[in-house]
Amino acid sequence: MSQTPISDIYLEPERYELHSDGSPHCSKMARRQFFKVLGGGIVVLFTTTSALAQRRQGGRGNRRAGGETPAELSAWLHVGEEGTVTVYTGKAEVGQNIRTSLTQVVAEELPTPLDSIRLVMGDTDLTPYDRGTFGSRTTPTMAPQLRKAAAAARQLLITLAAEQWNVEGDSIVVADGKVSHRKTDQSLDFGQLTKGQKLMKTIGEDVLTTPAERWQIAGRSVPKVDAREMVTGRHHYSSDIQRDGMLHGKVLRPSAFSSSLISLNIQKAETMKGVTVVREDDFIGLVAPNEHLADRAIEAIEAQWNHPSQPSHEELFDYLKQHPVETRGWGGRSNHRQGSVEEGLKAADIMLEGSYTLAYIAHAPLEPRAAVAEWEAGKLTVWTGTQRPFGVRGQLAEAFGISEERVRVIMPDTGSGYGGKHTGEAAVEATRLAKAVGKPVKLVWTREEEFTWAYFRPAGLIEIQSSVKADGRLATWEYHNYNSGGSAIRTPYQVPHQKVQFHPADSPLRQGSYRALASTANVFARETHMDELANALKMDPLEFRLKNLKDARLKAVLEAAAERLGWEKRKSESHRGIGIAGGVEKGGYMATCAEVQVDPKSSEVKITRLVAAFECGAIINPDGLMNQIEGSIIMGMGGALSEAIEFENGVIKNPRFSDYRVPRFSHIPPIETVLLNRRDLPSAGGGETPIVAIAPSIGNAIFDATGVRHRSLPMRPNEGKT
Amino acid sequence: MQKRMTLHVNDGQYRIESDTARSLLNVLRNELSLTGSKYGCGEGQCGACTVLIDGRPRRSCITPVGAVAEKRIKTIESMEKNGQLHPLQEAFVEREAMQCGYCTAGMIMSGVALLEKNQNPSENEIVRSMNGNICRCGTYPRIVDAIRQAAEMMRGDAK
Repeated sequence: MSQTPISDIYLEPERYELHSDGSPHCSKMARRQFFKVLGGGIVVLFTTTSALAQRRQGGRGNRRAGGETPAELSAWLHVGEEGTVTVYTGKAEVGQNIRTSLTQVVAEELPTPLDSIRLVMGDTDLTPYDRGTFGSRTTPTMAPQLRKAAAAARQLLITLAAEQWNVEGDSIVVADGKVSHRKTDQSLDFGQLTKGQKLMKTIGEDVLTTPAERWQIAGRSVPKVDAREMVTGRHHYSSDIQRDGMLHGKVLRPSAFSSSLISLNIQKAETMKGVTVVREDDFIGLVAPNEHLADRAIEAIEAQWNHPSQPSHEELFDYLKQHPVETRGWGGRSNHRQGSVEEGLKAADIMLEGSYTLAYIAHAPLEPRAAVAEWEAGKLTVWTGTQRPFGVRGQLAEAFGISEERVRVIMPDTGSGYGGKHTGEAAVEATRLAKAVGKPVKLVWTREEEFTWAYFRPAGLIEIQSSVKADGRLATWEYHNYNSGGSAIRTPYQVPHQKVQFHPADSPLRQGSYRALASTANVFARETHMDELANALKMDPLEFRLKNLKDARLKAVLEAAAERLGWEKRKSESHRGIGIAGGVEKGGYMATCAEVQVDPKSSEVKITRLVAAFECGAIINPDGLMNQIEGSIIMGMGGALSEAIEFENGVIKNPRFSDYRVPRFSHIPPIETVLLNRRDLPSAGGGETPIVAIAPSIGNAIFDATGVRHRSLPMRPNEGKT
Repeated sequence: MQKRMTLHVNDGQYRIESDTARSLLNVLRNELSLTGSKYGCGEGQCGACTVLIDGRPRRSCITPVGAVAEKRIKTIESMEKNGQLHPLQEAFVEREAMQCGYCTAGMIMSGVALLEKNQNPSENEIVRSMNGNICRCGTYPRIVDAIRQAAEMMRGDAK
């Protein structure tokens, strides 16, 4: 059977917040400048010939920086005269630990101690163009490119050594930062070979790399490369950047969404020492020598706003269904038909309908949006935490009417994103203030601003009508998703007659990407419904799933999770329930089992154990992957059990951690993780997909224990119980 | 109210003039350039700003600087001594008890406060005393393990 994952067809279909992609041309570094900027040594440029890059070049005309650097350049690697390896990639580190995993794959092909490899990431002046760090693309796309660049660099070093020693290249080995000739016992370290060189090589996809089965350095758990910086507080996030003469900015926020200003009094704020109020059309902000004063000044501004009446969370799902939109740029409608649902129903024995809803939820990254902007001689530099530094560069160039060459966006490793930091709001605001006052300005959003003015995971309504035959085979599947999005919308189960549709809606709140996108919604609805079907058939939920599955990789994770849980043994115990769910997304296969216990007196539900099995091809860093899986599960518990944005008439009602309940230490049950390592398959990313199955597995376990079916997220299973 | 005061932070003394209502976090980060303590919520709900004041874990984002003059303040920057990490810092590295690392300083300061009063905390005691600290990346199980590992190391050292 074909192994094309469904997730590839539906790759990133919803990109609500991506208006401008930024210009794809390269960073400032033209070819001749490489050695000037990087110093001598050897440089390997990786160029991609993907259709995307070709389209970009063709579609955008000749916008090559410096006239020499090809537009499809996507990474480069430099071995300096001191022997240090520096890798340049436009990808960004937001906690997913790619700084470590990419270091490992480079060391695999260019064997040298991990601490002699440095990654320069997400700096629009120094690194090649990159669309952004999302969609779990770093591991399947960037990692192979860097492996090839590193392999080519190794070959160059071998060639240099062979010439120097006048021996055959195939008698030379590279290990531990050294190039050696076995027979003559000669050995040189990287720096000795690159000294005085200015060698450049451009490569493409056709470089051979070590197959995963033979990996020595990749494939192992290695410690996070920058852990020491983090435990000592030395790592500088965007909000930690200090510049000479820097001021602190604040922006006046309207009292509700879609507001217009009726009256404004800035007199009190303006008289505060050191405070400068900046007003440009509807933008009102200020700067002050410190944050405390900036806070006080913004509070001293009196403003009155007018806003239209807007829907509240209580009427949300009716509203979404009644307000369809034709939209472009975020996937639009999707419509999949197979067979004929009408025909299929004639041969079905049991029919079932279910309606599932999901609230808007917030990413709530612990570091809120932050930016430091500095103008110097008409050139703008902005430090900001964003998953799309080049996109934000484009946003800034557009907002301030300057060319992208005059904008540099630097993205320090950031206090997480989870799909929530694709945009550059704080960057634009800090820049506006810095421009107005002629000094560097730092702007850090408050938690309340982050909860209100960022964007949310879409809320959604999903309606399913299905049918099965008495022998347990699915007969028909009709599926309508309103507003959530198209990721993982197609069922991985075998159903001869299907109708699957996504209906974009007019969202009352600003919405955008989230970890694993809409697959959190689609897998929840589908896997809950599958459980309901199993129950209607009086079949074991695992057996029912396996009976309708052909996808061997999904089967394997379901079976592995069930086996670790002890699925067979755990059945039919009183006050205890177990549930299972699985899903495919972004090339990864996830299954989760949950075990819950119900207090017979209070009927309080407690999650007592979670078991996950995950497979994403060849694993680069098992412990790093384990960390991502655990984190995904824990984040997913929030959306499953307690997180929901409450809003009314354009106002977010719970914009703080005391009201918006995220998982804490006391909520976490024992979590066991089974990794299936498929060294025969290409590596896929692991930072997103492990979130998809946690909610339905918990809901299904609660049903098993109590007979109560949760069809809405968050479930809040203990609401009203003591 | 603007006031002159002396802050005792880590091993230094700092003469500052500040509005007494200004948060300690703000002064540490902006006046003393001690940026290891983080802003996460501004309402004492997430623990990213945790520092030790006279040995007790306190949320510096809701602590007015006027209230801590003359008290001993310890921040994450004081935990590493002569290139030697505190056992809890070491355990965080070994257990990879972080992802983005933004909560890490606050976690370590809360954990150090616990270990200073309880050399052998049970899992329940760890959970109870750490529950005010949020890790959005969800590294909680690893943090619990790191605290236990550090407790073990510290008990071993004390023998």
